[in-house]
Amino acid sequence: MKVLSLNFLTCAVKTCKTQSDSYPLHPKDAELVQDDIELNEAFLINLLPRIDWKALSTTATELGFPALPSTPPTPEDLRADAKTLRDLHNLLLETQMVEGKLVCASCGHEYAVREGIANFLLPSHLV
Amino acid sequence: MSRPEDTLSADIHYNDTEARKYTTSSRIQNIQASMAERALELLDLKSPSLILDVGCGSGLSGEILSAVPPDEGGPHIWIGMDIAPSMLDVALQRDVEGDLMLADIGQGVPFRAGTFDAAISISAIQWLCNAESSDISPMGRLSRFFDGLYASLKRGGRAVCQFYPKNDEQKKMITGAAVKAGFGAGLLEDDPETKNVKYYLVLTVGGGSLEEKGGDITGVVKGMDDVDILDSRIQKKSGKGELKKGSKAWIIHKKEQMERKGKVVKATSKYTGRKRRIAF
Repeated sequence: MKVLSLNFLTCAVKTCKTQSDSYPLHPKDAELVQDDIELNEAFLINLLPRIDWKALSTTATELGFPALPSTPPTPEDLRADAKTLRDLHNLLLETQMVEGKLVCASCGHEYAVREGIANFLLPSHLV
Repeated sequence: MSRPEDTLSADIHYNDTEARKYTTSSRIQNIQASMAERALELLDLKSPSLILDVGCGSGLSGEILSAVPPDEGGPHIWIGMDIAPSMLDVALQRDVEGDLMLADIGQGVPFRAGTFDAAISISAIQWLCNAESSDISPMGRLSRFFDGLYASLKRGGRAVCQFYPKNDEQKKMITGAAVKAGFGAGLLEDDPETKNVKYYLVLTVGGGSLEEKGGDITGVVKGMDDVDILDSRIQKKSGKGELKKGSKAWIIHKKEQMERKGKVVKATSKYTGRKRRIAF
């Protein structure tokens, strides 16, 4: 599970669809690994407007990363500053959560993550 | 030919042996790859995108997405969903690049609104037409899936779902559910009326970049080779109905037909189809 995916996942429980705190999911007991993935500038610039920066800051803090700047970088920043680009790439794409749990703040449901695969199967009464 | 959909649910059917068989069979690999490439062509992505792979299985289609060279707008980053743990296990062993999730697409798509640039699905959504227990219905599963997919795609985004409908009824049920969710939907048939017919459901969200192309599948495939557009919205002007029985054109058409059958047909001349002079 890349941190990138964590920025987009919400709780799948039906009653949580209308709750604002069902996003983002909070990682718990997370085990992280760093992978080597080729830097893809065009992808990051394409994706940047869609990233919820506040949620990303929360996730990053919870995963034990140093605090992110309070405002998201602009596409121009990324083009101009190789270091910002590198850092963002490292956080979003290269950092993978391999073990742990994702917890919904609204209903408290825990989604297990094993070998990097999150289990989003729900019993039918929650759908 | 037997349909695995008829006997078991996807997570049980694709056990360890089936999953391995599926992934190591070079025949299936080739078919999956060609279908994934076709779907990618229909998505028509210009820049590296975030793609949802619905029913990613062992990542055969995802590999194609990761392998798109930069000059063709790649490589794309993908997130795969599948319900069969054994298939995901094979995907892990094959060390695919995308993120994997164990999830039932009939329970919805748990991503926030506007996440993906595009979605792709190879041979998966026909599984939605089966209900394994009494508390779920195929229609309910289909609508939850398409509602979730519609929400998770960004405006102007596109989804291409290749599927194997069991019959016309199922085809209608799936396209109907997609249209109900708000998609602009079109069905592309490759190799129609052969044993190898492949159905691609091409779904579009909103207008966006598509507006100038007419906003639906007819715009998507315009300019593509070997595609005939059958659009029931366009009133057909030509066709058999226009040939009046007994007219010269009709006679010539009939003569051609007979000739094709190998019958001996009189040569066509300026007298063909001409009224006889009144004898008296």
